[in-house]
Amino acid sequence: MDLQSMIYLVVGGTFLIYMGIAILARAGSTGEFYVAGKGIHPVANGMATAADWMSAASFISMAGLIAFIGYDASAYLMGWTGGYVLLALLLAPYLRKFGKFTVPEFIGDRFYSNGARIVAVICLLVASITYVIGQMKGVGVAFSRFLEIEFEAGVMVGMAIVFVYAVLGGMKGITYTQIAQYVILIFAYTVPAVFISLQLTGNPLPQLGLGSEMASGDGIYLLDKLDATLKDLGFAAFTEQKGSDMNLFLLTMSLMIGTAGLPHVIIRFFTVPGVKEARSSAGWALVFIAILYTTAPAVGAMAMFNVLKTVQPEVTEVAGTEQALPAKVNSLEVTDKPQWFSTWENTGLLQVEDKNGDGQIQYYNDKNPDFAAKAAEQGWQGNELTKVDRDIMVLANPEIAQLPNWVIALVAAGGIAAALSTAAGLLLAISSAISHDLLKRTFKPDISEKAELNAGRMAMAGAILIAGYLGINPPGFAAQVVALAFGLAAASIFPALMMGIFSKRINNHGAIAGMLAGLLTTLLYIFAYKGFFFVQGTELFANTPDNWWLGISPEAFGAIGALINFTVANVVARTTAEPPAEIAQLVEDIRTP
Amino acid sequence: MANSLKPAQQYWRANLKLLAICLTVWFVVSFGAGILAADFFNQWRLGGYPLGFWFAQQGSIYTFVGLIFFYAKQMNKLDQKYQQGE
Repeated sequence: MDLQSMIYLVVGGTFLIYMGIAILARAGSTGEFYVAGKGIHPVANGMATAADWMSAASFISMAGLIAFIGYDASAYLMGWTGGYVLLALLLAPYLRKFGKFTVPEFIGDRFYSNGARIVAVICLLVASITYVIGQMKGVGVAFSRFLEIEFEAGVMVGMAIVFVYAVLGGMKGITYTQIAQYVILIFAYTVPAVFISLQLTGNPLPQLGLGSEMASGDGIYLLDKLDATLKDLGFAAFTEQKGSDMNLFLLTMSLMIGTAGLPHVIIRFFTVPGVKEARSSAGWALVFIAILYTTAPAVGAMAMFNVLKTVQPEVTEVAGTEQALPAKVNSLEVTDKPQWFSTWENTGLLQVEDKNGDGQIQYYNDKNPDFAAKAAEQGWQGNELTKVDRDIMVLANPEIAQLPNWVIALVAAGGIAAALSTAAGLLLAISSAISHDLLKRTFKPDISEKAELNAGRMAMAGAILIAGYLGINPPGFAAQVVALAFGLAAASIFPALMMGIFSKRINNHGAIAGMLAGLLTTLLYIFAYKGFFFVQGTELFANTPDNWWLGISPEAFGAIGALINFTVANVVARTTAEPPAEIAQLVEDIRTP
Repeated sequence: MANSLKPAQQYWRANLKLLAICLTVWFVVSFGAGILAADFFNQWRLGGYPLGFWFAQQGSIYTFVGLIFFYAKQMNKLDQKYQQGE
């Protein structure tokens, strides 16, 4: 069977599964719509959480990021997993004990204030909408690349699929679909990684393969070979740190507390039967996430190695050995380009330009002044692999390693599953904030359950339309997921939740002042370097490491925002009236399972 | 139930102590071994991995998983102990 039919078959098959689940798992009550009736097994919820969490960015982009920045990508690996420790230890069990439907609901009730509820809803909406646009784009990209249909049509197909199972089934439908999507995406991610690890090191486990010797038998470790090759081409070594300790530390911290504060992840823990299950379910979620996250460094490093080996075979051959480079280094002949090279050149994600007209393609770091003399000696006149999109590292990986067609089809289905599962979780967080927090709890408390369920479905449908529209016409903020979604969750939502559980003294004024202070300072810092509302030209300073305050990047500022939130909330709470007795009782209640 | 107040407080204290232990480990493996002291740990190797690099991209994640299950198990024990006490 040819590749195109194979992809249609596999992707179509996964869609049939999602539709089948949609028909079987319809929601009949608000409890089923918001929290799947609170009857999900902790392991099943762990799997659904993993799919909910791992987005198009985790599946497609993260390994590419690791491939190009090496050690410094550790901030993402540790940040996006370490956040689950905070979630499991500091938030999930207590919020589950509280036993309601949404995150703003806890903040509104604990701080006895509709003002606090509305601030939380605003943070939730900004974070979730920024996040969901990226998912819709991811669906469109996967469709247009693998199924060769228009990007817009791809987004619309994705919207239609999500519409059916999320609007009908709510959290119940989303949960069972996410379990199926997890199985598809993890299979799609690990199968190529196992093949490639076997080819390069002879070890089938990528986590071990990355620390093993090359299969070629010359006793050199893969990582040493990769480091040496990169250095021989003027790049920094893979395992070497490039940024400052301070920024790496704060970025990791911001991603961790941002992860723990993202509402679409937190609400997944409202679906398990009790406190005990909430604790263990977070562990299972991280097990399922760790399978992908510990594989990603191997995928990134090995894909990078394969690209280097394809383009600069002679440099790769001698790197890390006693042998010296030949006086004249031969690179990839333009006429010998492998098939995958041309395939991805057609998509525009890969570009080459034979600058010195020698009929070969040289890939090296032409921005490194120390390497300029060596390059001149070889007659190289600039890096000729002018564009390698990071996403190629996962998307083209099976072709680079010459794996069979069904593996390529699987990667397409996996990418779409990762984007759809995260989109659905975000859409539920958005719709429940609107129909439950704004409508039922703030503006129309006497609404009947049936009317609220209908409102939830309508809010969901509206959110899908908006997300789809913004996915096709992405606004400036769409690319700022890390800064905006994680920054806001870290600076506003996480501290409010934590103080609500661990302090009886924080009152309504403290919580609102803290959230606003964290939110505004973080936004201001991001806007100062990226432009106000991300409008180009309105930034106050150029977004470069030299200009950053204390060397802190806008993406890493969420941790500082959280610190400001904690401080302001404590100062304000201690200078105003204590919370009433029933709030102290509420805190006692959530602390005992 | 005035006399149930005390066991509840003891339970909370024990929980906070356990949290402090777990969060210390959480901090040490990631921010410590993976970032601040990564260069120091890189003088040792685990197969082909420099040790600091291994903590940053593998070891910290495995530790996180272990920590959550450890905490869940210890809390189950605490739950039982203080339920019997009441």
